[in-house]
Amino acid sequence: MSWFSDFLASSIGRKVVMSLTGLFLILFLMVHLAGNLQLLPFLAHDPAGELGRSFNLYSRFMTSNPLIKTVSYLLYASILVHAFQGWVLWSRNRKARGSQGYAIKVNKVAGANAFAATKMGWLGTIIFIFIVIHMYQFWLQMKLGKAPMAVYNGKEAEDLYYVVAEAYKNLGYVIFYVVSMAIIAFHLDHGFQSAFQTLGINHKKYSPLIKWVGRAYAVLVPLGFAIIPIYMYFFM
Amino acid sequence: MKLTLKIWRQKGPKERGRFETYQVEANPHMSFLEMLDVLNEELIAKKEEPVVFEHDCREGICGTCGMVINGEPHGPLPGTTTCQLHMRHFRDGETIVIEPFRASAFPVMKDLGVDRSAMDRIIQAGGYISVNTGAAQDANAIPIDKDTASQSFDAAACIGCGACIAACPNASAMLFVSAKVSHLALLPQGKVEAKHRAQAMVKQMDLEGFGMCSNITACEAECPKGITVENIARLNREFLSSSLRSEAKL
Amino acid sequence: MSLDSKTPAGPLAEKWTRYRGTMNLVAPNNKRRIDIIVVGSGLAGASAAASLGEMGYNVKCFTFHDSPRRAHSIAAQGGINAAKNYANDGDSVYRLFYDTIKGGDYRSREGNVYRLAEVSRNIIDQAVAQGVPFARDYGGMLDNRSFGGVQVSRTFYARGQTGQQLLLGAYQALSRQIALGTVEMYNRHEMLDLVLVDGKARGIIARNLVTGKLERFAAHAVVLGTGGYGNVFYLSTNAMMCNVTAAWRTVRRGAYMANPCFTQIHPTCIPQSGEYQSKLTLMSESLRNDGRVWVPKTHEDAQAIREGRKTGNDIAEEDRDYFLERRYPAFGNLVPRDVASRAAKVACDEGLGVAPTGLAVFMDFTAAFERYGKSKANSMGIHDASPAKVRELGEAVVSEKYGNLFEMYEKITGENPYKLPMKIYPAVHYTMGGLWVDYNLETNIPGLFATGECNFSDHGANRLGASALMQGLADGYFVLPYTIGQFLSNEIRTPKFSPDSKEFLEAEAATRERLEGLMNIKGSQSVESFHRRLGKIMWEYCGMARNAEGLTKARTMIQALREEFYKDLFVPGSLEEYNPELEKAHRVADFLELGELMVIDALNRQESCGGHFREEYQTPEGEALRDDENFAYVAAWEYTGWDKDPALHKEELTFENVELKTRSYK
Repeated sequence: MSWFSDFLASSIGRKVVMSLTGLFLILFLMVHLAGNLQLLPFLAHDPAGELGRSFNLYSRFMTSNPLIKTVSYLLYASILVHAFQGWVLWSRNRKARGSQGYAIKVNKVAGANAFAATKMGWLGTIIFIFIVIHMYQFWLQMKLGKAPMAVYNGKEAEDLYYVVAEAYKNLGYVIFYVVSMAIIAFHLDHGFQSAFQTLGINHKKYSPLIKWVGRAYAVLVPLGFAIIPIYMYFFM
Repeated sequence: MKLTLKIWRQKGPKERGRFETYQVEANPHMSFLEMLDVLNEELIAKKEEPVVFEHDCREGICGTCGMVINGEPHGPLPGTTTCQLHMRHFRDGETIVIEPFRASAFPVMKDLGVDRSAMDRIIQAGGYISVNTGAAQDANAIPIDKDTASQSFDAAACIGCGACIAACPNASAMLFVSAKVSHLALLPQGKVEAKHRAQAMVKQMDLEGFGMCSNITACEAECPKGITVENIARLNREFLSSSLRSEAKL
Repeated sequence: MSLDSKTPAGPLAEKWTRYRGTMNLVAPNNKRRIDIIVVGSGLAGASAAASLGEMGYNVKCFTFHDSPRRAHSIAAQGGINAAKNYANDGDSVYRLFYDTIKGGDYRSREGNVYRLAEVSRNIIDQAVAQGVPFARDYGGMLDNRSFGGVQVSRTFYARGQTGQQLLLGAYQALSRQIALGTVEMYNRHEMLDLVLVDGKARGIIARNLVTGKLERFAAHAVVLGTGGYGNVFYLSTNAMMCNVTAAWRTVRRGAYMANPCFTQIHPTCIPQSGEYQSKLTLMSESLRNDGRVWVPKTHEDAQAIREGRKTGNDIAEEDRDYFLERRYPAFGNLVPRDVASRAAKVACDEGLGVAPTGLAVFMDFTAAFERYGKSKANSMGIHDASPAKVRELGEAVVSEKYGNLFEMYEKITGENPYKLPMKIYPAVHYTMGGLWVDYNLETNIPGLFATGECNFSDHGANRLGASALMQGLADGYFVLPYTIGQFLSNEIRTPKFSPDSKEFLEAEAATRERLEGLMNIKGSQSVESFHRRLGKIMWEYCGMARNAEGLTKARTMIQALREEFYKDLFVPGSLEEYNPELEKAHRVADFLELGELMVIDALNRQESCGGHFREEYQTPEGEALRDDENFAYVAAWEYTGWDKDPALHKEELTFENVELKTRSYK
């Protein structure tokens, strides 16, 4: 396996790991959003008096299905590996840059999002903190059995909807959540197309499409996530 | 035109450097280096040490010159080396900040002169086609598609100045390395060794302490020869495929 | 004393093949024991070092640059000649040989030139195999274009950057040998002296430019590939660091300098714009394939243009004098460089120059825009294209061919050459003269070889376009690696030399003394100011036109300048540190000696030939008047001492295969 560890230790190998874990996380975001949108009553069509039913059923399915469970471990691993490699990248690059910086900084780039591209490490760090708080707030509450239970068709399920709805009554948390989504948007805007470039996918004909899809994804997905707390805070 | 120059002065690699301020009277038709020549002549007349900067051909092809002018390697004009930059692109009374190319792998030798030998060592690791003198077949024996030859040329136009590395916030040498890998990998003559070349050059690049590419594209924006990051994608491709497919050991 | 060129006997076409087949060889096991020093890493130096390394010798290669890739060969734009006849236009080795001999105004050696033409074909093969991305046609085959002084298309090119691509090929071959350990590379090391042991070249003294320390290196033989001395003129198309020091130091050790007055003035350079100017920039000769050179017919128009009241576009067709087409109908704008340069000078001397300085002529692409535009429109099926459309299409075609040159012109002058005709003027570009070498490329000092521009051998009194790259690579790849065996085969029993022997220590001490001498003058004038003044003298009296009176005057002026230099020079900094001013100082010191020798050589050669135009010797139409009776020889000069007249050694040129004719491009 020495060739594989050599590959993983090489600068491009590390970037490929960033790229693959990143793409996996991008894919996950879509699934996550699809589920979360069921928090919105006009999308969920819950029967009267059973607000949160479809969301809760969905989250029970997600936590109990063995296949999805396996994938979720892959997900946790991806987050950790992505974050760790990001940290290695950041520290090595800092070392390569040297201690003496330029007196004048000009961020001229050719096609990338200059802000996002140069701040991926910081954006990523904030996102990581967000994920920790986010997991503590929802996932851990559920795992520790602190969530109340709801009964649907005679089966019990954690009422995660309740936990979420409670959290979104707090304006501070809503702001924190929305700002985090904006940061994810920047991280995605660079990360999406960058992942393809790192895998060597760059073509005069198709790269504009990749960039366009990436930009649309980076705007729409975080926007979708951000709408939920805003809607719930103001309209429910 | 009257200019104020803030120039990085540093006695040697181990010494501490700092900015010094100078006034110079220039003419809009002068090249940037000729403006520095004027400054140096004045310094010599005052028996002071002239500013060391590296330069040679002064026609934008040898790759010797290079300094960071107002935050940009080779200055503000796109597609232009420092020696081809003329003073007509600056304003009368402007303050210009001049610094050396900075990166850990480019130690400052003196003032604006840096040591770029790391780039030579990367080429030595594999940036060539292994053909001995006299071993070649007729030049027209292998036809090469015009567009492919032209693409290869675009990559081969790299002058090895190091501006990409100076510009990269990560001090990554990927544009430089990828230009050579692309130039050779695109040609049938260079395909033979392409797998080994990508591995060997990347390994050397990592050893020299250059940073990793995070696709910021500052390199392309500042490259005086218009080398594009498409080459970096090709290098990634070459490296990936040789890592996965080649059984050869480095 | 007359010199022996050691050209092998036999029919011209078989000389090299036979010679190569019967030359002494050095066996592989002995090659490992032999050290060779190669000074210079341009086309000639890098190709020689790489090839010698491949053969198994221990090579040490030196350059004063930070990397071998920076050598000035990299700036060659137009192309490289080779007698491939891919264009099927009747080219052959003989024709390339003949064109080169004639282009050089019959002042080169037949045997050398024929060999050059022969190996030209191998160079293209070698370069393609190394990955040089030459221009190709749609069928994938190599494309050719035409250059001055010839009527066939034999020039291979890589856009306007042929020299760059060929040098990178050689640099990469060299890098491979460095990686394999057969070549040890010394960057930022400048050769400052040659060391002789028992009359043979056995090493060099070099200065480490970073630390400033002097270092001694020993070997069985020394090969120079150190380029030309065009910078003696201060303003030239050479790079700023090009210098004669390495070659001149061997002259001071006894090597002969041959035909130093043969310098090439290139007709198409961007004119000088001011006193501060540090160098001149070439516009490739290939532009003359499509550019038409002209000046206004009347002084009024010329004056109006100089004063900025009119531009080139305001002059009607019938008021323009396309003087090259008028004077040389057979070759038109593609006459050789010396002829084109002189014609431009004549036009400007008559007061028809078009730059504020009066020193420029136009090079106009209007006809090319139209011609290419029409043909492009036709190929696109547009038969009623408007003039504007034709022009637009034509500009696109021209941009594809010469885009980078047009861009460079605009960067430097600030004028758009697509809208206004280019202004050009001749500038010093290349030096045909150089160290005298025999057929083996060996100088008169045994074990000292000279390759590329630093030798005198192949171009006679004028070099044809696209032949410099050819010669540099021919010497480095295909000639020297064989011929050096003639010397080294007798050295296989010679043990390795120690750089600590008394000869080396003495040479080092002498070099140190010389450098300290320069540092200790502590006068008040900068090196640059002396260099500028020397350049002016050389350009004025030993430039495009020379005469006995001017040359005599120039000699006195140079001597006086040299005296002033050693009295009033100021070099800042110290000896043992990175000190570019000190580097310039010793280079200019050598230029001050070489300049005088050039003047002496120009005085001695009482004829006009190629780049050497003595005003006293011209035809009634103002063409060069050669004197084959008295001057069909190579003038090789021996240095005899400070302020003494150098000694002249002649190598008679014998022409067995070509008839000496008046060179006519009419």
